[in-house]
Amino acid sequence: MEIAQVATIAGKEFWDRIRNRWVLAVALVFTVFALAIAYFGGAQQGAVGFRSIEFTIASLVSLVIYLIPLIALVLGFDAIVGERERGSLDLLLSMPITRFELLLGKYLGLAGALAFSTVAGFGLVALVLATQLEFNALLHYFGFMLSSVLLGMAFLSLAVMVSVFAADRTRASGMAIALWFFFVLVFDLLLLGALVVTSGQYGGEIFPYLLLANPADVFRILNIFALEDVRTLYGLATVFPAALAEPWLLGLVMLGWIAAPLAIATWRFRK
Amino acid sequence: MASISPDAAKKAPPPVIAARQVVKHYGRVHAVDGVDLDIEPGELFGLIGHNGAGKSTLFKMMLGLIPPTSGEIRIAGTAVTGRGFRAVRRRVGYLPENVVLYDNLTGLETLQFFARLKGVAYSDCPAALEHVGLTHAAKRRVREFSKGMRQRLGFAQALLGKPQILFLDEPTNGLDPEAIREFYAILRGLRAEGVTVVLTSHILSEIQERVDRLAIMATGKIRAVGTVQALREQMDLPLWIDVRIAPPDFEAVRAVLGQLPVSAIEAHDEHVSVRCARDAKMPVIEALATLDGRVLDLHVREPSLEDVFFGFSD
Repeated sequence: MEIAQVATIAGKEFWDRIRNRWVLAVALVFTVFALAIAYFGGAQQGAVGFRSIEFTIASLVSLVIYLIPLIALVLGFDAIVGERERGSLDLLLSMPITRFELLLGKYLGLAGALAFSTVAGFGLVALVLATQLEFNALLHYFGFMLSSVLLGMAFLSLAVMVSVFAADRTRASGMAIALWFFFVLVFDLLLLGALVVTSGQYGGEIFPYLLLANPADVFRILNIFALEDVRTLYGLATVFPAALAEPWLLGLVMLGWIAAPLAIATWRFRK
Repeated sequence: MASISPDAAKKAPPPVIAARQVVKHYGRVHAVDGVDLDIEPGELFGLIGHNGAGKSTLFKMMLGLIPPTSGEIRIAGTAVTGRGFRAVRRRVGYLPENVVLYDNLTGLETLQFFARLKGVAYSDCPAALEHVGLTHAAKRRVREFSKGMRQRLGFAQALLGKPQILFLDEPTNGLDPEAIREFYAILRGLRAEGVTVVLTSHILSEIQERVDRLAIMATGKIRAVGTVQALREQMDLPLWIDVRIAPPDFEAVRAVLGQLPVSAIEAHDEHVSVRCARDAKMPVIEALATLDGRVLDLHVREPSLEDVFFGFSD
């Protein structure tokens, strides 16, 4: 593998997103939402203003779990199929570059743009809140930021896989939206349904592991287990055994969710 | 230059592109069906065929973009896929058909992007733009480019890094006649430097006087390869001789023509057009020469490449 080729492709993708202000727009969305949640999240209870980092993070997790997968899928779904449709894919592949280098470069460039927006958007809020937070709370917040980046990377990996498999951009966008529905909306309902139908008799032990089969759930578990106060607010994830809730272990699962779709995409792209 | 021994001079140089029994199947469709082709160094080679004849598939296999189902393609002695592919790619320039480059980049940025991928210095990019007459558009975004300018930019990209072999798929699409002339002037310059050029075109009349050799492809097979002249002779298509005659002698000349081995005579105003086989061309012209003074002018119309082409692909 030649790193220079990967860097060239990645650099183009990243700077494209900087130049067309994609990074700026997404970072602003994150900042505005995070600030709104931090200061007005308790408005229903009649109190306006910053309450606690736990509740802020818990609310942000609920928001981010919808938003980041969607942004990542939209960002990456046409990475390869878009080039194919415009006719530039053959030109890129006629260069002294392997298909894996092209795919990896695309992924890393887009991942860089997404990670940069996430860190900049939420990081700005951390700076605003810094004076009101203790060191531990800040640590939690950084944990949230890091897990948000990982969540984005995992769904971006799925998006790039879609972009390799799809025959055209329209189908790719359909597949991307379907993945979002499945992992973000349907997956937990299916598990819950299965649990209810079987009255919890079957699969009670494997149930927690099934949660690992969804990067969005892994993200949720990663965040709520760090927050004693809000753990009970989350239905499904609370059944997750504490022994498995090691951040490093969940982090590894997340890395697996980044690597596996990319590996499948590479296999398919080479065919 | 070193002297060449007579033996070596007789021996043809090894082909720069060699295809051996190349086959590509898509399911039941035989897109390319047993192609053997040698392209010599420094040749300007045309690949002609209808849509679906298999020329784009063959092109992509020559570039190593898709693997053949069976058979082998070598470029300068190296297999186009496998370990040596990077070395092969660095010697090759490619202009895909109807390529859409990146709207958000400027002309210069586009070339710089491809220069990095090819391992070519940025400092070569302005010269490549100048080569295709796009210096004025270096800082304009491709979004604002006309179709012809985009095509020129694609060509400039193919020229980066001074490739020894150029693959150009329908390169004159979207170019006006003046630009087409400039384009072929550039190709002639490249050929003079020893660059091998393989191009496809569906505008046969445009390339027939400009390529050294051409291959006619139909239904996945190469039907004929050679110079335009050789293909014409091989087909033995009839040619036309147009004769202009002074009006008072019209009927007399027509009578003479009627006794010659011609297959058709068409008369209109003071012109007579005669169709005859190739080997009857000289006897007809000699007969006309004996009509001293009565034939004012004479013009031989060779069969066009279209005639040759349709003759082979039918």
